[in-house]
Amino acid sequence: MRKVAIAGAGMTRFSGKQPRTAIELFGDAATDAIRESNIRSQDVQALFMGNFMGDFEEGQAHIQAFAADYLGLARIPANRYENACASASAAIRDAFIWVASGYYDIVLAGGAECATKMGTPLATRTFAMASDSRYEYASGLTFPGVFAMLTHLYARKYNIPLEKLKRQLYQVSINSHYYAARNPKAQYQKELTMEDALKSPMIASPLQLVDCCPFSDGAAVLVITSEDVAKKLTKKPVLIAGVGQASAGNLLSQKEYLPRIRSRELAAAQSYKMAGLGPKDIDLIELHDCFSTAALIALESLGFFPYGTAGDAVEKGETKIGGRIAVNPSGGLKAKGHPVGATGAAQAYEVVRQLRGECGERQVEGARVGMTDTLGGDGGTLCNIILKRGW
Amino acid sequence: MEAKLTFKDFNEGLKQGKLSGLKCQGCGELIAQPRILCGKCGGSEFDSIEFAGPGSIQTFTVNYVAAEGREAEAPYIVAIVELDEGPWVMGNIVGLKPEAATIDIIGKRVTLSGVAVFQGDKYSAGEAARPLFKLL
Repeated sequence: MRKVAIAGAGMTRFSGKQPRTAIELFGDAATDAIRESNIRSQDVQALFMGNFMGDFEEGQAHIQAFAADYLGLARIPANRYENACASASAAIRDAFIWVASGYYDIVLAGGAECATKMGTPLATRTFAMASDSRYEYASGLTFPGVFAMLTHLYARKYNIPLEKLKRQLYQVSINSHYYAARNPKAQYQKELTMEDALKSPMIASPLQLVDCCPFSDGAAVLVITSEDVAKKLTKKPVLIAGVGQASAGNLLSQKEYLPRIRSRELAAAQSYKMAGLGPKDIDLIELHDCFSTAALIALESLGFFPYGTAGDAVEKGETKIGGRIAVNPSGGLKAKGHPVGATGAAQAYEVVRQLRGECGERQVEGARVGMTDTLGGDGGTLCNIILKRGW
Repeated sequence: MEAKLTFKDFNEGLKQGKLSGLKCQGCGELIAQPRILCGKCGGSEFDSIEFAGPGSIQTFTVNYVAAEGREAEAPYIVAIVELDEGPWVMGNIVGLKPEAATIDIIGKRVTLSGVAVFQGDKYSAGEAARPLFKLL
């Protein structure tokens, strides 16, 4: 296997409702990534695009072929990745594998989504399609409901009083907003106070609106090349040091593990092994905080804190920049936004910028190794990617 | 190869108050939803079984924001119940006001008390039944 690098990355600002199409957003991010990589668009050999719900958002299935054409690349193979919220990470992982194998030298991988075009009722319906339509949705399960049930399970399993856990969960969201307020690409560029959090309406008990990521529009794209090619193109190639991906069935079939997410533990182990690194080597992580509880579960399954203690770590500031591990310095899904099909690529975009030292007042000083963590459905897909400086 | 238990079988059974499942002939694993191969041992031979109905609440949520087409159902309690035989199933808790559903209901004994049917929408390819549980 050849070594593989990210030669350039592009990202639109994430936002609420806006007038442009997902293909147009993807085009903006892709051309930024192409320009930054110092390649010509015609050098791209394949396009791997994450997109969750284009069919429902814009009546646009098969979006990847039209995105390729929009970029003047109608001749190249283009594949769509639909792995729910982990769509772009699955696309990036496959791009890594194809380039590592030597089949391609230069691949565009990323994703785009216009979730706000659906409106909340239809978006709630379509997001629920990423859980089990027969044995979960029948009971009226929605996505906040999935993580609400995991929150109750987490509190009970680790014997944490719910009031205490809730306070820790508010702090997860407060931290995300703090960093998003310093990220010009974030959807919410304002801080959140404990007072705001307490007033937030209940969505699925015990989770309130403040615990939930928003519906978002946006795109993010990476230029993925062999290390040799990247070194000719840029002074700061970011190496893809390790990748991992695993699957799971519905919540009922995860009985033996929940609230731990088994697919994450498998994917993380693969990525650590490939990179020859462990949790202690990671300077920052962009992890899947679709709901506040999900961040705690991720921190534990990835090996940063013992099971049942991530909330304490958050309260002590150990997940902030300068703490034990810098978590979601971009603002995370919660406050940077979560345009589903683009999310994994946006996580990688942030890690690339951090490793290059380009993040201004939210910079993790001296960051050398970063990781992404992206969860699709109720654990149905889990991808981890470890990135490190290639210079 | 044809599956021993399909969604249609499971759904029709549930509508008549039966919680259908499978027992793997290879490893004895009990499963409360259709599968074509065993997740434990990969086995393909199953016996059809029926679960008795009693179990205990493992976790739950009161859902206040329903999906499109199901707004009239909210608020409602979704729960995962561990059947006495072992497997987990998802359903609704009935006979308990949503505002009374606090974390203290975790671990409480329940039993199958009926069935409700999501009648389906234009995306769902028809209906899907779910079990209703009441506190014992």
